[in-house]
Amino acid sequence: MIKKVSRHIVQNEPLLFELSSPGKAGYQLPPLDVPDFNPEEVLGRSYVRDEIEDFPEVSEFETLRHFSRLSTWNYAIDLGLYPLGSCTMKYNPRVNELVARTEGIAWAHPYQPEELSQGCMEIVAALERALAEITGMDAVTLQPAAGAHGEFTGILMIRALLESRGNARKRILVPDSAHGTNPATATAVGYTVENLRSNDRGMVDLDVLERAVTDDVAALMITNPNTVGVFEENIRAICGILHDKGALVYMDGANMNALVGVARPGEFGIDVMHLNLHKTFSTPHGGGGPGAGAVAVAKVLTPFLPSPRLARADNRWTWNYDLPQSIGRVRAFYGNYGVLVRALAYIMAHGGNGLRLATLDALLNANYLRTLLEPYYELAYKAPSMHECVFSDDRQAKKGVRTGDIAKRLIDYGFHPYTVSFPLIVRGALMIEPTETEPKRELDLFADAMISIAKEVEENPELVLKAPHSTRTPRVDEVTAARKPIVRWKPESKASLAAD
Amino acid sequence: MLDAIGLKTEEDLISYLPADVRFDRRLAIENGKSEFEIIEYFRSLAARNANGYASFLGAGVYHHYRPVLVDTIVSRGEFLTSYTPYQAEISQGTLTSIFEFQTMICQLTGMDVANASMYDGSSAVPEAAMMAVRVTRRDKVLVARTVHPEYREVLHTYTQHQGIPVEEFGYQKNGTVDLDELTRKLDESVAAVIVQSPNFFGLLEQIEELSSAVSRRGALLVVVFTEAVSLGIVRPPKEADIVVGELQSFAISPSYGGPYAGIIAAREKYIRQLPGRLVGETTDAAGNRAFCLTLATREQHIRREKATSNICTNQALLALMATVFMSVYGKQGLRELALQNLSKAHYLASKLDLRFDAPFFNEFVVRTDGRSPQQINSKLLGKNIIGGLPLERFYPELKDSMLLCATEMSRREDMDTIATAFSAVDVS
Amino acid sequence: MSYPETYKYTKEHEWVRIEGGEATVGITDHAQHELGDIVFVDLPKPGTQVTKGQTFGSVESVKAVSDIYAPVSGDVIAANDLLAKNPERLNEDPHGAAWLIKVKLAGDSQNEGDSLMSAADYAKYVGAE
Repeated sequence: MIKKVSRHIVQNEPLLFELSSPGKAGYQLPPLDVPDFNPEEVLGRSYVRDEIEDFPEVSEFETLRHFSRLSTWNYAIDLGLYPLGSCTMKYNPRVNELVARTEGIAWAHPYQPEELSQGCMEIVAALERALAEITGMDAVTLQPAAGAHGEFTGILMIRALLESRGNARKRILVPDSAHGTNPATATAVGYTVENLRSNDRGMVDLDVLERAVTDDVAALMITNPNTVGVFEENIRAICGILHDKGALVYMDGANMNALVGVARPGEFGIDVMHLNLHKTFSTPHGGGGPGAGAVAVAKVLTPFLPSPRLARADNRWTWNYDLPQSIGRVRAFYGNYGVLVRALAYIMAHGGNGLRLATLDALLNANYLRTLLEPYYELAYKAPSMHECVFSDDRQAKKGVRTGDIAKRLIDYGFHPYTVSFPLIVRGALMIEPTETEPKRELDLFADAMISIAKEVEENPELVLKAPHSTRTPRVDEVTAARKPIVRWKPESKASLAAD
Repeated sequence: MLDAIGLKTEEDLISYLPADVRFDRRLAIENGKSEFEIIEYFRSLAARNANGYASFLGAGVYHHYRPVLVDTIVSRGEFLTSYTPYQAEISQGTLTSIFEFQTMICQLTGMDVANASMYDGSSAVPEAAMMAVRVTRRDKVLVARTVHPEYREVLHTYTQHQGIPVEEFGYQKNGTVDLDELTRKLDESVAAVIVQSPNFFGLLEQIEELSSAVSRRGALLVVVFTEAVSLGIVRPPKEADIVVGELQSFAISPSYGGPYAGIIAAREKYIRQLPGRLVGETTDAAGNRAFCLTLATREQHIRREKATSNICTNQALLALMATVFMSVYGKQGLRELALQNLSKAHYLASKLDLRFDAPFFNEFVVRTDGRSPQQINSKLLGKNIIGGLPLERFYPELKDSMLLCATEMSRREDMDTIATAFSAVDVS
Repeated sequence: MSYPETYKYTKEHEWVRIEGGEATVGITDHAQHELGDIVFVDLPKPGTQVTKGQTFGSVESVKAVSDIYAPVSGDVIAANDLLAKNPERLNEDPHGAAWLIKVKLAGDSQNEGDSLMSAADYAKYVGAE
């Protein structure tokens, strides 16, 4: 029985360019209070453009309606459980949106005088303090724009530290369960990547690690809890092996929401880590961004933090650019500031105790789903789950149904799919992360849907293989999209309007 | 729920964590606050920032009016609280809007293809440089000193360990790039030449001329913009091979430096070398037009250490702001908006002593005539005006100069006040 | 599908047909099947040198990239233009029209094919995989 979803209104809508008619406009500028300068005179004819060909011309109301109609084609956290493992799709409190739009904050120019930016700078300082406390690390930079950007910053700092010791070394070790950003980052900083095979419990294999760590290893990039949602129980020993050889340990903090208030990476041997503020600290994903990738470091790495650093002088905040050992800037200005404001508001709303409770609730929800689903799906690893649980499609594959098919069928039940086919070490992975903000009722509905699908696979696999059946848009032909890429609209390719 | 999983208390959920790993104290973070207290806190901090000032700062971040519709639309939960549109069937809203975004960026820049956005303008610059290195299989990058200084810093940070030497070339007396110096430095090892237009001084570069010089040596021309509104009236850099830029001007609030949205656009033949997400048109099983993420094999989650970039998140919500902005202003509006910027800036400039004489859009460098820019700025602050950016920090040779910007938001009376502050009579 | 007797095969699922000093190289039916719908084929330009056992290009499906390894050493004399516009041909006719490159064998590599698998051995190899 499909419990959550039922028919609702989905609007049809052409593209903006197809809606356009000459002369329509949705703007009104005030009259110019200075003389009108002629562009051809002040710029020179060759610098003035022709009209922007095919640019939209629609009324204000048409713009509103257009995007409102498009929005009805999206799924969202606001509509229901969004159990993407590793992505941490939790409720985005709206007060955070409000405070980020406070006039003196939203309109602050990064180059306005420091004496007129003290409020902005205090927010940076407060968030740095809170994140240092949460991670147990010595210092935090808020400059990186996203998780992968944070990884890049962290590995650059490791390289700078090793170079200052006389040898940057050559290799970075990455477990085979890691996010794809880890190896891509190591390469971007000029290191060779060596993949480490996980053991049969989904964890770093100490023997394999010990053999791999030689004098030319710069660092290990480890995710903890790892991508199968399991805490690396040997983390202290792992860090010890690296440190003994003069190498460092980078922690991918994508799953830090399982540790806040419960364990602190700075205390179990991590040298540098990033935090995805859009995951753990609930800033909205917004269809793919913006994020923010704060990076926390142990004392030994603080001289290498990106420039500038916030400093206190004469009882006020100032930006310090005099950092001879800094790796430099990783982006202009001071980071994705508006995201930082939202993250600080989230931390304030919870407080120290609330943050810890949120962690425990996330663990509770994940383990509750694990228990409900274990009779129907093959658990990839039996080790205790933290904030997410990973199944494989082994049982369903026997009927020719793969994780991607089950995911599509979930849509018919009114849910966003879990993370499909990741981590790579689990064949046909279903990676499920409910987060702490889901009520029991929603978890039960989701479990019912998953159980119902497991039964459908047995009785009527075709139903699952052809899913989704209830969406405005049925399965999309990604093959043709990749073979003959059309990545922009052109007037001659006016396709017939979608109609269902 | 605890019963269901066979536990007594929530603490049991972490009982298996090794004791030497568990954090048993309390986090030293104050107890949770109510919504009201949180709003009060941020309001009180905002009150310590500039409030009620007219600002003439530009330099990569611009004060433009944000149409009300922008926040109305991006506040819809369907856009705000959705993830990257991997599941095409239930993400057509985001995918369609990104396809429109990519199209409008192409129309604006004169390029054939554009991606779904980058972190910001500054990080898009090294991405373009690395793209040029892949395309040309050469390694050196030349960057103009008139490219935003912080963008150049980011370029240096990114390229330092990738075997990509970066060399700068200067500007001539009129403030635009020194073509002679560039030509001297342009050898067979150069993959990319990076210029900005309008450049950091607000001046327009001769893209056609640069393009022929650069392509003659087999390198790619990368053109950067920080002031997207200029594209409403200024000729687009269509002779470039790659265009990167910052869309903050399109309804993204300055917000003390971010989040913004960068773009990268290029000629069609380089499509497979583009970093980041890309949306493509296709059909669904019913034969109707549909959109999906495409050419994903370029990206890190598939190619891992061989990816074109490690970029994962983009700036979708900010790109949506820009898309709504472009839709609200449209073809006529963007031109009129650009013209207002042009007129306001030229009005202000007409009253001041310009450092350079090349054509400019809405920013320009002025001499401060013997006084320091700081002196003039502090005088202006007293009149609730934030003046220009003193350039000495970035250009030691321009210590008696500041960069001023006027937009459609600038009022004539404030501009007259600035003119007065500059005039020698009013010093004292 | 049967594997042509006149071809030789690698463990990485390439085939090679050697005629005189020239070799034609492709990927096997098994390889195209494992990859699924092929959307893009990246091949070297004529004039490029390829070395036995080293990658010379890649084949992409929507969600995977596979490197292709050279079964022989030599200079590329042709890359199959057909695949630039119609990558799907590699799914349809991997042993025929959708060959990848033609290589002029390096002087000392005339007998390189000898170390590769025969059709029968390859069929056994993929059967066991």
